[in-house]
Amino acid sequence: MADLETFRQETRAWLEQNCPQSMRSPFKSDKDVCWGGRNWTFQSDDQRLWLERMAERGWTAPDWPAEYGGGGLSREEHKILREELARIQARPPLNSFGVWMIGPALLKFGSEELKRQHLPPIVRGEIRWCQGYSEPGAGSDLAGLQTRAVDQGDHFIVNGQKVWTSYADKADWMFALVRTNPDVKKQEGISLVLFDMTTPGVSTRPIKLISGSSPFCETFLDDVRVEKNQVVGEVDKGWGIAKYLLTHEREMIGGFGRTAAGQKTLPRQAVDQLGLSEGQLADSFMRADIARWDLDAKAFEVTVERVTDEARSGQGVGHASAMLKYYGTELNKRRQELLLGIYGSEAMVWEGEAWQEGALPRQWLRSKGNSIEGGTSEIQLNVIAKNILGLG
Amino acid sequence: MQRLVLNEEQQMLKDSAAGFLKDSGSVSQLRELRDNRDATGFSSSLWQQMVEMGLAGTLIPEAFGGSEFGHVGMGQISEQAGRNLTAAPLFASGILGVSALLLAGNDDQKKQLEAIAAGQLLTALAIDEQGRHAPNRVSTTASPDGDGYVLDGQKTFVVDGHVANTLIVSARTAGEADDEAGITLFLVDAKASGVEVERTIMVDSHNAAVVRLSGVRVPASAVLGAVDQGYSVLTSLLDIGNAHLAAELLGIAEESFEQTMNYIRDRKQFGVTVASFQALQHRAAHLFSELELLKSVVLKALRSLDEQADNTSAMVSLAKAKACEIAQLATNEGVQMHGGVGMTDEYDIGLFMKRARPLQQLFGDYAYHADRYARLNGY
Repeated sequence: MADLETFRQETRAWLEQNCPQSMRSPFKSDKDVCWGGRNWTFQSDDQRLWLERMAERGWTAPDWPAEYGGGGLSREEHKILREELARIQARPPLNSFGVWMIGPALLKFGSEELKRQHLPPIVRGEIRWCQGYSEPGAGSDLAGLQTRAVDQGDHFIVNGQKVWTSYADKADWMFALVRTNPDVKKQEGISLVLFDMTTPGVSTRPIKLISGSSPFCETFLDDVRVEKNQVVGEVDKGWGIAKYLLTHEREMIGGFGRTAAGQKTLPRQAVDQLGLSEGQLADSFMRADIARWDLDAKAFEVTVERVTDEARSGQGVGHASAMLKYYGTELNKRRQELLLGIYGSEAMVWEGEAWQEGALPRQWLRSKGNSIEGGTSEIQLNVIAKNILGLG
Repeated sequence: MQRLVLNEEQQMLKDSAAGFLKDSGSVSQLRELRDNRDATGFSSSLWQQMVEMGLAGTLIPEAFGGSEFGHVGMGQISEQAGRNLTAAPLFASGILGVSALLLAGNDDQKKQLEAIAAGQLLTALAIDEQGRHAPNRVSTTASPDGDGYVLDGQKTFVVDGHVANTLIVSARTAGEADDEAGITLFLVDAKASGVEVERTIMVDSHNAAVVRLSGVRVPASAVLGAVDQGYSVLTSLLDIGNAHLAAELLGIAEESFEQTMNYIRDRKQFGVTVASFQALQHRAAHLFSELELLKSVVLKALRSLDEQADNTSAMVSLAKAKACEIAQLATNEGVQMHGGVGMTDEYDIGLFMKRARPLQQLFGDYAYHADRYARLNGY
């Protein structure tokens, strides 16, 4: 325990020295988020410094092994780092599908060669990744994907189309599910492959969403050459890795909408907007709606704590991620609808600096996708019913 | 911070309570008690066994003959009592009576803890005076009389009041009808002159009582805690009671859910099991998710009580509110998914629905605790 206390003191001192002041406040808008990559333009010197310094210590991926550039921290040390970062309200130095998704998959399933090639640039924020899963004809039925990879001896030639590829237009590399064998059960002919987005034959087109933004793209793959050594795990065995990654993604999306440190809670926003009457929110119907949401949100937060603790103690049900994804995204949608009521017509304004360029209606619209992406709510309910409850 | 999981000792308590109550305090026992119109409404041999196993003393310090396993420990027993619809005076005496004495009792009064642990003393909490729970709404009066008091008034929904030796009564010593200040708690001998106890058999075949107090004289030593200051004790006591009611409702909801899942996996219509219909699957999966949330908040509330956390009251109201909501959903869905047989007395699911509702009402339902949670959070 003494070692951990030393670690905490050293971490605190290092952060005090190295975290620029302007990086010690919550993000004001999406523009403040650092995604890194070859084409990244840093918003400020501080943003660049903060990424470089954290990456230097491997603290953009604190629990990855040091030999691949990670921080090599134990679970306890990682927790302390998170606490110390939260203490000074430090911004995440890097948002990265590399750190969140393909990195963990490579650590678990990748060859030594792939780990050495791909993990260190992820840690340093030099390579930005995107995920090629869904296709026009394969959404909820993901295993029905048709993008075809034909064996050419030392490489594959890939043809097909991906859709809902987050930030494909800004990404440097893609991890994609492709069909390597069309003659077997659909789950058994899928491989997970990696390729550079500048490879000839790769093109992207952003999709404009109801929220006005275009975080997703269509990605077209025309005779794209993928080297054989860029297959993660075994050929035709990609579905298992895909499911592992989907679990990761569900947990991530299920966490959307939780009140971040320093952010005002929903009831607090309601009190500020509507005022109190005899100690109670002035609008009694809205108060009841907000309390109902607040109870569920707090219960969800406690459940995340319990499920996490159970996993650490080696207990608990599998497939908890389906439940968390389902419930967390539905909660966030309810929260966004309540915010519209709290702010009224102010939440209807689409443009203008005084209204943060329509942040409220845009995030309300964005939230509708939470229960669709990463497996719809209905798919999560199917997973629970079939895999946990044995109904079928 | 301690992990939000059961420790080994608590897990053992849960397992042993599960096995014991399934064998000795089960639904079939409740049916027998009901059908035979049993004079007490619970099995005295079951209670004797629970005492011998030390269950009655789970919350009692070792110095008074208990095991002091704490609320997380006792909560495991409450949950199993919910799963089995167990009829026993454990809640009224082993939880409410014990906690009242621990919270406010003087040294003399605390000696009664030994009698509770030994199964020689049964208590009941007499606080509500109207159908809807309102612990501040006290019009029962306690007027000074010599060196004691005279109590007059009427209490309702006094759980296990029909068998209690000692009643814990809230009465007004000062203030107006709804004031929180001016309420005093008294330990009243159920056999005292002027005490009339009328058993009320409830919808769940468990028992409560209406208690009428007419010129009941009690000595000054009957005061539990400080005069006029009873409400704060009552608040802590009700937090304890509600956390265990939430645990019991969790047990009811879990058991209803499991029995219903078993039923729909077996029941065939149109040549297939009804579990194969997505209309039922999605409702079941939603209910599963809600049950996972309920498990978390019940454990959190019990843990908060043991740690005497600052936000204990909010965590208890969160747990009780969710428990009311989800036990209601689980039992209603249970009856509906059972179809016609869900309406029969032969199947147990109806008994679970009937047991859930009085526990939801007891010490405040969903609306009561959602409102309290909001107030505790400053809105």
